[in-house]
Amino acid sequence: MVAVERLVEAYRAFAANGASGAPAWLKELRDGAIARFDALGFPTTKQEAWRFTSVAALTETAFDLAHPASRIPQLAEIQPFLLGDGPRLVFVNGFLQRSLSTPFFDGVRLDGLAQALVAAPDLVHQHLSKYAAFTERPFAALNTAFVRDGAFVHVPAKVTVEEPIQVLFLSMPPIATDGARLVAHPRNLIVVEREARATVVETYAALEGGVYWTNAVTEVVAGDGARVDCYRVQRESDRAYHVAVTDVHQGRDSTVNLHAVAFGAALARHDLRGTLAGPGGYLILNGLYLLAGEQHADHHTAIDHAAPHCESHEYFNGVLDGRSHGVFNGRIIVRPGAQKTDSKQTNNNLLLSREAHADSQPQLEIYADDVKCTHGSTVGPLDPKALFYLRSRGIGEAEARRLMTYGFAAEILNRVDVAPLRAQLDQIVRARLAE
Amino acid sequence: MLEVRGLHVAVGGTEILRGVDLTVKAGEVHAIMGPNGSGKSTLTQALAGHPAYTVTAGTATYEGKDLLAMKPEERAREGLFLAFQYPVEIRGITNSYFLRSAVNAVRKHRGQEELDPLDFLQVLEEKLKAIGWDDTLMNRPVNEGFSGGEKKRNEILQLAVLEPKLALLDETDSGLDIDALKTVAQAVNKLRAPDRSFVIVTHYQRLLNFITPDVVHVLADGRIVKSGGPELAHELEAKGYDWLRAGAMVS
Repeated sequence: MVAVERLVEAYRAFAANGASGAPAWLKELRDGAIARFDALGFPTTKQEAWRFTSVAALTETAFDLAHPASRIPQLAEIQPFLLGDGPRLVFVNGFLQRSLSTPFFDGVRLDGLAQALVAAPDLVHQHLSKYAAFTERPFAALNTAFVRDGAFVHVPAKVTVEEPIQVLFLSMPPIATDGARLVAHPRNLIVVEREARATVVETYAALEGGVYWTNAVTEVVAGDGARVDCYRVQRESDRAYHVAVTDVHQGRDSTVNLHAVAFGAALARHDLRGTLAGPGGYLILNGLYLLAGEQHADHHTAIDHAAPHCESHEYFNGVLDGRSHGVFNGRIIVRPGAQKTDSKQTNNNLLLSREAHADSQPQLEIYADDVKCTHGSTVGPLDPKALFYLRSRGIGEAEARRLMTYGFAAEILNRVDVAPLRAQLDQIVRARLAE
Repeated sequence: MLEVRGLHVAVGGTEILRGVDLTVKAGEVHAIMGPNGSGKSTLTQALAGHPAYTVTAGTATYEGKDLLAMKPEERAREGLFLAFQYPVEIRGITNSYFLRSAVNAVRKHRGQEELDPLDFLQVLEEKLKAIGWDDTLMNRPVNEGFSGGEKKRNEILQLAVLEPKLALLDETDSGLDIDALKTVAQAVNKLRAPDRSFVIVTHYQRLLNFITPDVVHVLADGRIVKSGGPELAHELEAKGYDWLRAGAMVS
């Protein structure tokens, strides 16, 4: 396959040049990952996990490894994406822009992964690629091969970071002279140790539109009794490709709230996996995809109850307009011995046009007998009864439709606890509905 | 206020109302009683403009205007209100946001300035005080997870806030225990006014122990077969509906 060869070739150049100074373990990791990608190749719709999502567009486009942007954006340009003056890391084309970022190292470490590899190599080595397995996942393998930069957040035991940490990935893709597009492989590692607490907001956006590819992996570790609130906002250019993996690993009695909101990209695929590895863990997965035009977004979620007495709640709502296509696959695995598991999953899809399409698949694999697992999914247009109810109160038909659609999205957004982010998302949704 | 003449209404091709005549004057309270399936709810839904109810013949004039030519939202803006038998859930929208949207739609229509959230809260608090209720329902999504009684109370609260000229109450009493029924009836009584009319549809006489109507109608087989004063409700309670149904067939 030409596309695979091109990427493997790019890896050789990367390994010989940019990555040549890496420690032995990292070289080994990268080499293993590219070999795995080479073996797996791009997925096809013949594979179960990719049945509804074709990545042909990725294989038909020539991609070069992203290089630093030719100019550094001004603070004013990135202001619309920022959530106040809190701690932040800003990446442009996958490279940390120190002038726009506020890294710190006073116990809590917030820095680019590239810098952390130099400053705290043991800590990175301890966690990197320990959670996001790539054996069966070609895009995670590809990301791992090209591991270089991304956000590194480390919160030591019993420390609470009050302010939300913002991690912003901006694309400014110039078209390469030979017509190739750019691909960036952001790699994030968020480690929140025992009884510590932190909130991280990860945003992917385009500063300049156009065709580019983001292939991101985020690993989140919540130690025993830790609490992590992760927000992920995907608002890429509407011509972009976005492929991502988020893997969360939870210790005993930890709480993770993982929110994933997808507005952008022509083609988006996001795999989210939460592993409840210790008893008493609590996981909330809260997702929204709002699509229009020809957009395609696929969310594959997996919640792995590997320990007893854990609870997981999953809510994903999709709003699909135009000829868009939303895919949701929700897998719940209850391992042998994971008794008293309480797992709830819902996926509701609102179709705003006749051409919009949704595929929703729950997938329960239960190997313990004393558990409570429920799932439900719906696909359908706005409820005509509710529409009449609103109209009977004097609200015009168009406004009533907007209100109901907004309410459908707000069910998910209402769980967002970071006020400026809530306001930002609200604004995006309202603007989209006003179109 | 409302003048209905020879109204025929079909649902899904089946004719339910077969020539209803009804005249409601300003300030009057009319009760419409009748057995299940007689067309009571069809009458209120058709008057409110539900698109699934097709008017096949007849007229309805509201304040001199052709009611049937108006869209549902126009009817509401002109002061018509329907308290639903089965209030509908609106996901993700709080009751207070919904009510403010409705109030502002009406205000805009009247050429009044729209209320901002703070102004609205003030209006809302006055209304709640007037009917003696608190604001516990206001910050929950519309009717979502509400008990039967809460849903009906919520309908009456909307009635209070929207200040309609003509309120249609569709079996607001059904499914309520006696305490909830009294609470709702008291609120309705407080909202009675010389320029506000009520059409109260009910299957049971008991609501009319607490709300005294000016006129009682009996709807059977798609027609009003008998009209009378409040005493008619008691007669129906004692005798049931069958004697009227038989009479309707004879006439």
